[in-house]
Amino acid sequence: MATKYDWPAAEDRSLIGKRHNRVDGPAKARGAAKYSYDRNLDGMLVARLVTSPVPHGRIISIDTSVAEKVEGYKGHVNIMNVGDEVQWVGTEVLAICADTEEHARDAAAAVNLHFEILPHWVKDEDVKKAGEANRVQPAKDDTKGPDFAAAWDSADETVEGYYGLGIITHCCLEPHGQVVDWTGDDIKVYASTQAVARIPADLARGLSRDESIGTVEADSVEVITPYMGGGFGSKFNIDTWGIACAKLSKKTGRPVKLMLDRDEELMVAGGRPSDYGNVKIGAKRDGTLVAYESETWSTGGIAGRGSPPLPYVYNNEERLAQKARHLNVATNIGPARAWRAPNHPQAAVLTMCPMDDLAAKLDMDPVEFFKKNADLTARPEVYRYEIDKCAEMIGWKEKWHKRGDSGPGPVKRGLGLSLHTWGGRPHDSTCEVRIQPDGGVSVNLASQDLGVGTYTTLSVVAAETLGLQIPDVKINIGNSKLPISGASGGSTTVGGTSASTRRATVNALEELKGVVAGSLGVGADDLVAKDGKVFAKSDPSKSLSWADACRKLGNRTITGQGKQPDRDGGKLNDSGVGGVQMADVSVDVETGVVSINKLAAVQDVGLVLCLEQSESQVYGAMIQGVAWALYEESIYDQATGKMLNPDMEFYKLPGAGDIGEMEVHMVQNKYDDRGVIGIGEPPAISPGAAISNAVANAIGVRVPTLPLTPDRVLAALASA
Amino acid sequence: MQNFEYIAPTETITAAQALSPHDGVTAVLAGGTDLLSLMKERIETPTRVVSLRNIRALRGVHGTGGALRIGAMASVEGVLGSSGASSYKSLLQAGRGITAPQVRAMGTVVGDLLQRPRCWYYRNGYGLLAMHEGKSLVPNGENRYHAILGNKGPAYFVNASSFAPALISLGASVTVAGPEGEREMPLADLFRIPASESERENTLMPNEIVTEIMVPSASGWRTATYEVRQRQLLDWPLVTASVAVRLRGGKIADARVVMGHVAPIPWRSSEAETALKGQALGESAGEAAGKAAVAAATPLSQNQAKVQLASVAVKRAVAMVA
Repeated sequence: MATKYDWPAAEDRSLIGKRHNRVDGPAKARGAAKYSYDRNLDGMLVARLVTSPVPHGRIISIDTSVAEKVEGYKGHVNIMNVGDEVQWVGTEVLAICADTEEHARDAAAAVNLHFEILPHWVKDEDVKKAGEANRVQPAKDDTKGPDFAAAWDSADETVEGYYGLGIITHCCLEPHGQVVDWTGDDIKVYASTQAVARIPADLARGLSRDESIGTVEADSVEVITPYMGGGFGSKFNIDTWGIACAKLSKKTGRPVKLMLDRDEELMVAGGRPSDYGNVKIGAKRDGTLVAYESETWSTGGIAGRGSPPLPYVYNNEERLAQKARHLNVATNIGPARAWRAPNHPQAAVLTMCPMDDLAAKLDMDPVEFFKKNADLTARPEVYRYEIDKCAEMIGWKEKWHKRGDSGPGPVKRGLGLSLHTWGGRPHDSTCEVRIQPDGGVSVNLASQDLGVGTYTTLSVVAAETLGLQIPDVKINIGNSKLPISGASGGSTTVGGTSASTRRATVNALEELKGVVAGSLGVGADDLVAKDGKVFAKSDPSKSLSWADACRKLGNRTITGQGKQPDRDGGKLNDSGVGGVQMADVSVDVETGVVSINKLAAVQDVGLVLCLEQSESQVYGAMIQGVAWALYEESIYDQATGKMLNPDMEFYKLPGAGDIGEMEVHMVQNKYDDRGVIGIGEPPAISPGAAISNAVANAIGVRVPTLPLTPDRVLAALASA
Repeated sequence: MQNFEYIAPTETITAAQALSPHDGVTAVLAGGTDLLSLMKERIETPTRVVSLRNIRALRGVHGTGGALRIGAMASVEGVLGSSGASSYKSLLQAGRGITAPQVRAMGTVVGDLLQRPRCWYYRNGYGLLAMHEGKSLVPNGENRYHAILGNKGPAYFVNASSFAPALISLGASVTVAGPEGEREMPLADLFRIPASESERENTLMPNEIVTEIMVPSASGWRTATYEVRQRQLLDWPLVTASVAVRLRGGKIADARVVMGHVAPIPWRSSEAETALKGQALGESAGEAAGKAAVAAATPLSQNQAKVQLASVAVKRAVAMVA
């Protein structure tokens, strides 16, 4: 049943679904937007971490006697203690602060750590060697669907291949860290975080474990994060460096800044697990998939990680026989953290690449093959529509050829595709909307904008609801004292915050209508707010400008509350999206260098609030996808246990000249009734598989593992 | 960064006299694009830094008497934009591979020649020879970017200079100033493969400064540089090859072929030069030169691909001069 909270009907939308520039863009372009890293408070000290240079060992001694004499030294706190075991290079051992960054670095360099060295292991791809080193944890077996042996026997064509992708990091351009200002009972934390509302309790809990500090109440902590320089799933907690930073602030009575260095960021602040595996896949002559079996292994550090959802998207349990076995390789590397669509990018590679190989063996156009099997997905009609649309955008019909570009010259061109899915269930959120007598409107909630468009989408929601324009609405987020809203992870933010904001704004407007109704001599139910006015539907001449309407409030400020979920609050959001991406690449078969000509994406997300910000999310995801498809990898050295490329020199990311042309189509006016669904993860899943498939189409052979670097491409060509 | 004394004299001789005769004690600062990173990482810990910025004689790029003279403080951008450099195609092509405006503006061409290796073991503090527990980490370690030639050990890093292969193929020489005066030598002699951790990858005394590069006239020479690059964004080429040839009667009479990123020094390939001489410029000459250039290659455990890349780079550089 329709409620007053439901999104306006398509014909009544003046802002929703249209293009709007980023509200926070000008402040960021001018440099006026202050990120956590930009905070330089009066009297602030700077802290550095001292970390383990060994991949596995037990701390024998921590000697700070020299460091304490370094000029400018102000204090240090231990994060680990003598006797504790470190499990990877870069493990935080202590934090030390000084009056300047330079002195803090000098002091950190002067700390002497000694370890009892224990055996380490950092390699994951060679599972046999890892097994010999006793690093492989017991298998997890999963069998679903029809009898596997029978299904496999019934297949007319099969592929058995090896596929995989290495470890990458989050590589946030603003590294993890914060400034903490602990004055009396008040702890202000300027944190680079994806979870403004969660940090107070997290920090208070961490501090209260230290007897010398005593009990710290979560409500004495205020987190302030109006702007955030990148978070892809690794910034939900205060972390050891946040707790140490607070302790140093308490100890010294001064604000303290502790932001990770680039190498620390890449070594310890989160990585995406690898995945390698042997995949068997079989189909009938007409292309109907009948069996999929995978034996995969991966590492997410010493503690392991979850297993990839295999087979991916094509996973109907009634018709497809499925077997999956996953092994964990325990390594002495920085632990994995959730990375934009956890486990899905890997699953896409391990499913869409073998499928593409099978299509080639069946002599089928992959577009036809992927469409034919769409019945094995949860949303067949969505995927068929999206595949067709995306094929049109990339020019599949005109450009596609069978495996191996037979044209002259060393540069070969090819096309490939991949499908994805994601939930994106909205997180819990509460919002308070204020309408002031001077006409001012503010939206208040302890959410955060990671650079994804939260300021803009919430502006659209509030302004649309009140019949105002985007600049008429002020968005207050990024402060934990505001009404509580969820952490930004798993594509949950836009669904949660837009719903609480819609409900709060509708409630505030109702109250305003009640005040205005009397003075216009009409019923409140007869009033609408549109085009900057409040007027009677029955008689539009009975009208007040927004400012005049608000003036009727006298001294009173209206507050409207809204929350998500709310059983009586209408159908505002949903979960579960599809999405298709296609790649057009060129490969120089003499050098193995791959370049992107074009990437195309078709993405459904229910109701699009702001077209430009939605598209930007997809562009960003595809750029990040080019990075891990072609360039990014964490390279570990077994002899020393070190990551050799924790820098921006050999931990390679693409530049503007490396990403090719990109075209995004957001599916609108088709699934709007579903309400708002998150878009952070879905478009980040497919790029690797689509690009790998395009390379295979270009050169005629599969390059088994990503990133598709020249040496890997040449090796695949040589072994063909 | 360790504290240091900073001086910026106005005369080259004063600068040379301010440098220590002992390795690692003092450092010369030109553009600083490499030195500052090394100092921040405490790979270099000089107690005195001698800046060349106030020495007028070291600035500028001059095309005089048919030769090109590049001062020690001439920036990459300054050289690429100079009228004097316009006839040295291979030099310009090499410079275009440095795709960061910041590095082109601040970095100097002489600094490019003298940058320390990019070897990640060296940059992670294991020294020029990447020694750990008495042996080199490279042969059984992560060596995808390491040397395929001149790699009998103990050095396995590659010379990372963008300009050296082109300049050597153009017959460049350098002037070196020390506390006692100046000397001149062919650019190729500036580089050496260190035989022990106490040797550097160049033949300069610790208190010597490269003051100028002299490139003879390229008149009559056809030149080209081909870089195999993975990215357009600032990136080290995987390999690079510079070729200079002179024709007589339609055949190659003189040839110089120098590869970069393949050996601890810019690697001049006499095999490739021999393969070119007497041939007509064309596909088969390039193919033969490419093959000859890597005939003696001895790839390590992970860098087999570089053999092909080097061969292709030479072939394509020859194709560019045809």
